[in-house]
Amino acid sequence: MAPKRNAREPTPSSTATAQSSSPASVPSVSSKASHKSSSNQSPQQIALGIWQNYLDMTPQRTKLIDVFMAFLVVVGGLQFVYCVIAGNYPFNAFLSGFSATVGQFVLTASLRIQTNAENKADFGEVSPERAFADYVFGSLILHFFCVNFIN
Amino acid sequence: MSDINDEPFFKGSTGRNTRGVLRLTILCLIAAAAIASRLFSVIRFESIIHEFDPWFNFRATKYLVQHGFYDFWDWFDDRTWHPLGRVTGGTLYPGLMVTSGVIYHALRALTIPVDIRNICVLLAPGFSGLTAYATYLFTNEMTTSPSAGLLAAAFMGIAPGYISRSVAGSYDNEAIAIFLLVFTFFLWIKALKVGSAFWGALCALFYGYMVSAWGGYVFITNLIPLHVFVLVCMGRFSPRVYVAYCTWFAIGTLASMQIPFVGFLPIRSSEHMSALGIFGLLQLVGFVDFIRAGVPSRQFKTLVTGFAVSVFFVALAGLVLLTITGVIAPWTGRFYSLWDTGYAKIHIPIIASVSEHQPTAWPAYFFDLNMLIWLFPAGVYLCFLKLNDEQVFIVVYSILASYFSGVMVRLMLTLTPIVCVSAAMALSYVLDTYLTIKSPAEPTDAQVSEAANGSSSKKTGKQDGLRSMREPLVGIYTTFSKTSVVSAMTAYLLIFVLHCTWVTSNAYSSPSVVLASRMPDGSQHIIDDYREAYQWLRQNTPEDAKIMSWWDYGYQIGGMADRPTLVDNNTWNNTHIATVGKAMSSREEVSYPIMRQHEVDYVLVVFGGLLGYSGDDINKFLWMVRIAEGIWPDEVKERDFFTDRGEYRVDEGATETMKNSLMYKMSYYNYNTLFPAGQAQDRVRGVKLPDVGPTLNTVEEAFTSENWIIRIYKVKDLDNVGRDHASAASFDRGNKKKKTTKKRGPKILRVD
Repeated sequence: MAPKRNAREPTPSSTATAQSSSPASVPSVSSKASHKSSSNQSPQQIALGIWQNYLDMTPQRTKLIDVFMAFLVVVGGLQFVYCVIAGNYPFNAFLSGFSATVGQFVLTASLRIQTNAENKADFGEVSPERAFADYVFGSLILHFFCVNFIN
Repeated sequence: MSDINDEPFFKGSTGRNTRGVLRLTILCLIAAAAIASRLFSVIRFESIIHEFDPWFNFRATKYLVQHGFYDFWDWFDDRTWHPLGRVTGGTLYPGLMVTSGVIYHALRALTIPVDIRNICVLLAPGFSGLTAYATYLFTNEMTTSPSAGLLAAAFMGIAPGYISRSVAGSYDNEAIAIFLLVFTFFLWIKALKVGSAFWGALCALFYGYMVSAWGGYVFITNLIPLHVFVLVCMGRFSPRVYVAYCTWFAIGTLASMQIPFVGFLPIRSSEHMSALGIFGLLQLVGFVDFIRAGVPSRQFKTLVTGFAVSVFFVALAGLVLLTITGVIAPWTGRFYSLWDTGYAKIHIPIIASVSEHQPTAWPAYFFDLNMLIWLFPAGVYLCFLKLNDEQVFIVVYSILASYFSGVMVRLMLTLTPIVCVSAAMALSYVLDTYLTIKSPAEPTDAQVSEAANGSSSKKTGKQDGLRSMREPLVGIYTTFSKTSVVSAMTAYLLIFVLHCTWVTSNAYSSPSVVLASRMPDGSQHIIDDYREAYQWLRQNTPEDAKIMSWWDYGYQIGGMADRPTLVDNNTWNNTHIATVGKAMSSREEVSYPIMRQHEVDYVLVVFGGLLGYSGDDINKFLWMVRIAEGIWPDEVKERDFFTDRGEYRVDEGATETMKNSLMYKMSYYNYNTLFPAGQAQDRVRGVKLPDVGPTLNTVEEAFTSENWIIRIYKVKDLDNVGRDHASAASFDRGNKKKKTTKKRGPKILRVD
């Protein structure tokens, strides 16, 4: 009995709180949303709804983080395209560059999740300041490894 | 250990600080016990490096200390695998050597002059103390019981399954790797519970350290993603999982790629793909969660879930496609042998020939873990009762590790930590229930209600219906049952300690370089043939004399005799090993050119016939034949070494191929002169040998150790007058029959 009761607990909270937990790259959200839900509702409505919702609900700082994440996605994408077109010759360099963007993206996403006020229940011990310190710590390690790996 | 049982006593009555001090003291005592029980070998024998692989690690560490880190990193070793050499710096796990190098320099900086050998010998016991502490931390994350952590630490400190690889002198990768394994898992659980990037990053750092230390890091690489996958499948995805896993993966993968030996493997080989796949899956799940919360429509949700699932399967199909087309390296042979235990024997004899790669026999579990093995399922069951994210980890870990430990003997090592942890949880649950002096008058008693739901059914059996809704009343009323259970448990624990000490002292503390035997009066007799022979090599052969031996002894020759070898325990080049196997298993006329081509000066064989030492080359001989047959199926045939009735014999009835093989000849050369005529006996195989011993033409005996364990032969140079060796040798032997020798020469060769 107990396991089930426990199992159900996290689910509602995560659905409620994950509001803006993940990559903000909003344009892609809208495109995918429109692509998928064409049968039910007018896709533009949904996309617009999400966009409006996002604009209304998100604090300024979080938006800043989102812009940074979108930038990282663009940079990572560019590197990948370059790799596909021009070959991956200095493979070390490509890998470290690409994983730097991916890692930084993931770390930033983590920071965004941790600082999100709606996730308070999940991160009882992590204050926003602590989250930022963690973020700096993680980024330092990440870039140390990247520079070391670049050859 | 009885100290630990008293732990709940101090709850409430004494202050927090007292308990803290007590806890620290107990942990220190456990660490001391863990270190002390590993010192048998040093006390019995001496401070010496054990076995085979440690000798290489020791040699590499000495190189590191002498030449500095950068030279070590770029080390090309031309004294092994002659004439190929080995890119040693790029093909080893440097964690162990760097660790002892750092300790060495730190102690030097503190002006404590210490020999690097002593650091290497004592590294494993030292780290076992840390492992006990890491186990304590890990267990404390799992349960609220105050005693479980201490019990787990004590178990971990003295469990023979771990001691087998960490006695003083066994300077192997596992010495530090098990500590890193447990500590990485602790950090992972911590990261998952807190959901903090800091712990995730620390976890990744220690994961990187682990990668630098042991090839078994793949276990972590697959276990953590599996844990996350199970969590996601159970519907337990939460932002904490996302933060912990993504931080770990992003930094940990990059960290693991810093080791030259691992290099691009994390994105190229199939073993690492699960981690990458779960990373992608988590991004998707997080993304879907993001949309699901933002959009009200229910139908839309299902669509998006379907989208996520289909993307997952498309990615899986892509992975399979990439593997088939060869972009991603397929599974390695070692990995296949984990699923199909017969695989290695058929396809890669070199893996199957290592005794620690054999499947485990079931008594080994009781031998290595004793009473823990029957407490282990109880602990896992307790995890099911209170199933949080971290308990899922224990369940997943125990299932995986149980399977793997059954496949390979050496993987018992990865099972031991989880067995210790869950056994400690089960035992502390029992003790917490039975050790309270108060009878459970009120159900809100802290100690009692702590322990989870309905185990003692005699109290709760009467209640029905709502039983699952309320915390059941668990408690023992009579003093008799309390004392009987507690004393039984204490007896078990004491027996466990006895068993561990006995196993450690008798089974795991032999250096295997030095052998011990008992004299008729009971005193100890040391058999030191290995070192005698290696010392002989060191003093009587030129600096660059190449020694050919079976690969088992390569590291020891390199470490103790400091002479170049043809093959060693690294086994990176199967063909080269097969060449040595062929030289050993062929006729002298075939072997001699091979040895000349490889510039072999001396050949070393291990022979246990006189002493009854069963790990000798004649017993390993079939593996040489098999490995050689894998490369030259036409020239070496395993069947030829068995008699018509399929027996492997070395006595009168041995096959001609067997009798003519170089290995057989070198082992039994001149052996019959030790005995009265017709009574030569091989004490390992327990058979009588032929009256006439083998003759050797192309090599000559150079050295035989005191108990004949090691025999060294010098490869003859080409004959001065241009005869072949057989006729030259028969000329020497048959000096009196001068006239006939010339014509008989070739014939004798065939008769031999």
